[in-house]
Amino acid sequence: MAGSIRGCGMNSVASTAVATPRVAERGLWSDAWRRLRRNRAAMVALIWILLVAVLAVVGPYFSPHPFDELDWDHMGVPPQMEAAHWLGTDRLGRDLFVRTMYGVRISLQIGLLATFVSLLIGVVWGATAGYVGGRIDHWMMRFVDVLYALPYIFIVIILSTLFERGNIFVLFFAIGAVGWLTMARIVRGQALSLKRREFIEAALASGVSTPAILARHIVPNLIGPVIIYVTLTIPQMILFESFLSFLGLGVQEPLASLGSLINEGAQEMESAVWMLLVPATFLVTLLMSFNFLGDGLRDALDPRDA
Amino acid sequence: MLRYALQRISGVIPTLFVIITASFFIIRLAPGGPFDEEQTLPPEIKANLEAAYGLDQPLLVQYGRYMRGLLVGDFGPSFKFKDFSVTELIAQGLPISLTIGLAAVLLAMLVGIPLGALAALRRNTASDYGIMGFAVLGIALPGFVIGPLFALIFGLYLGVLPVAGYESGQPQYLVLPIVTLALPVIAYIARLTRGSLLEVLRSNFVRTARAKGLSPMRVLFRHALRPALLPVVSYLGPATAFVVTGSLVVESVFGLPGTGRYLVQGAINRDYTLVMGMIVVYGAITLLCNLIADLLYGWLDPRVRYE
Repeated sequence: MAGSIRGCGMNSVASTAVATPRVAERGLWSDAWRRLRRNRAAMVALIWILLVAVLAVVGPYFSPHPFDELDWDHMGVPPQMEAAHWLGTDRLGRDLFVRTMYGVRISLQIGLLATFVSLLIGVVWGATAGYVGGRIDHWMMRFVDVLYALPYIFIVIILSTLFERGNIFVLFFAIGAVGWLTMARIVRGQALSLKRREFIEAALASGVSTPAILARHIVPNLIGPVIIYVTLTIPQMILFESFLSFLGLGVQEPLASLGSLINEGAQEMESAVWMLLVPATFLVTLLMSFNFLGDGLRDALDPRDA
Repeated sequence: MLRYALQRISGVIPTLFVIITASFFIIRLAPGGPFDEEQTLPPEIKANLEAAYGLDQPLLVQYGRYMRGLLVGDFGPSFKFKDFSVTELIAQGLPISLTIGLAAVLLAMLVGIPLGALAALRRNTASDYGIMGFAVLGIALPGFVIGPLFALIFGLYLGVLPVAGYESGQPQYLVLPIVTLALPVIAYIARLTRGSLLEVLRSNFVRTARAKGLSPMRVLFRHALRPALLPVVSYLGPATAFVVTGSLVVESVFGLPGTGRYLVQGAINRDYTLVMGMIVVYGAITLLCNLIADLLYGWLDPRVRYE
């Protein structure tokens, strides 16, 4: 009977023990999806995120204006249809729709990649600390505490002095490298409680090595809480990128990010309000959508609170 | 409590030491120096400049000199703001930054806790939904969006408060910055308070207190509120880190002469001593606030002291 359960190449003691959560897991996912679909806010959020993502990818192709084109005849014009400046232009005559879409692209890319980096570091760090325990756990978490006590911005500013400014990939890395702390804490807590379960004991008894137990038994069982936190990390990363770009430490001209567009808009708001409102609207609705989706996923995957 | 307090306090100094040391060496690893941008400099003059600031010495010697300076409150000279020492620059800006930071945290607690408690007590009513809707908005709206919008509405359209700038002794210049800085913290504290108060109100000792016939107000203030505030107290540490970060944006949006700009400009100009000075000062402030939050937590919840 154990052989029918997918992918457990250990002896029968280990795989029988793993079988129980695996079977329940399949039910959990379809249940979760059903619960999520019933959550109207989360579904609207999901649709909006997909819509904006598609618009950001294909939208610029429909506009006749490249993102760095200076339209001398339409400088600082409000949204209008005639010259195809659907959301207006900035002081230099650059099309705001196209620039905002580029900004959304960068925000989404950085949000996803930085989250991936933080996911990787956080899960490995937290799972190791929680499972290995003892003195190693103590020092690993002490390190997290010290970093936690510092404002993020310090670490990023120190990192940004190390590299050339405006290199987006460094930015992904720097943002992800400081975002893994909460992930590590959550994962550690889960790993601590998993450690005492029977199937781990069974794996230990049958002589599975520590890295194999981590990869095979601990990490797969962390997926639920990790997914919830990932959806909540993406907006934080997007926010953080915008924040850096707003301060001038992030994406550099002529490229645009939502943060740098908002910075330009804030300087021009007395005469050209749309320059502030357009990028701000996209940023805020995206952030809120990810938060609603994350909350929805939490309710869907962890129905205890509901 | 005393043992617990001493234990916590003695942990702060080594942590600060580690932070300063690590930052010092990482910043010096960076390619490029403070005199690289002035490209017209002949190599001899550059060498002289570096010698004057001690940059030609081995790194360990520079480190030793810096640490000795720190002990007597000397952060060294600024490389870019010539004629100013880092100590002077920070001393100029810090009062403003501290004022808006402290005021924002205080305002957040004074507004956030009652809002959260109200939402919990009126669970699933219009006021609950209203407060939680506001909280979602407050958390999702970043300071660099809400700040310009506030300036636009209250400064430009209504004209009741100054848009930006600062004159000493004129508190109206600080109103918008403080509110902008406090808003997300208010939202977060309200959410925390609501969540934990709801949980406490369901617990057995609250039911017992009610069963004894205590009035709802007495149950709330005497029994439920203290344990319910524990998550809020432990949030105070991260909140200070948040406020420190947020003050960079708020000072930039409202053109306040605080210390926030030094951190950003220092990083852009590779002004080592200025960035280091900011890290030391802000690091010490953050650690201090974390310490206060820890001690407050230990006082409110005696269980943590014996762990």
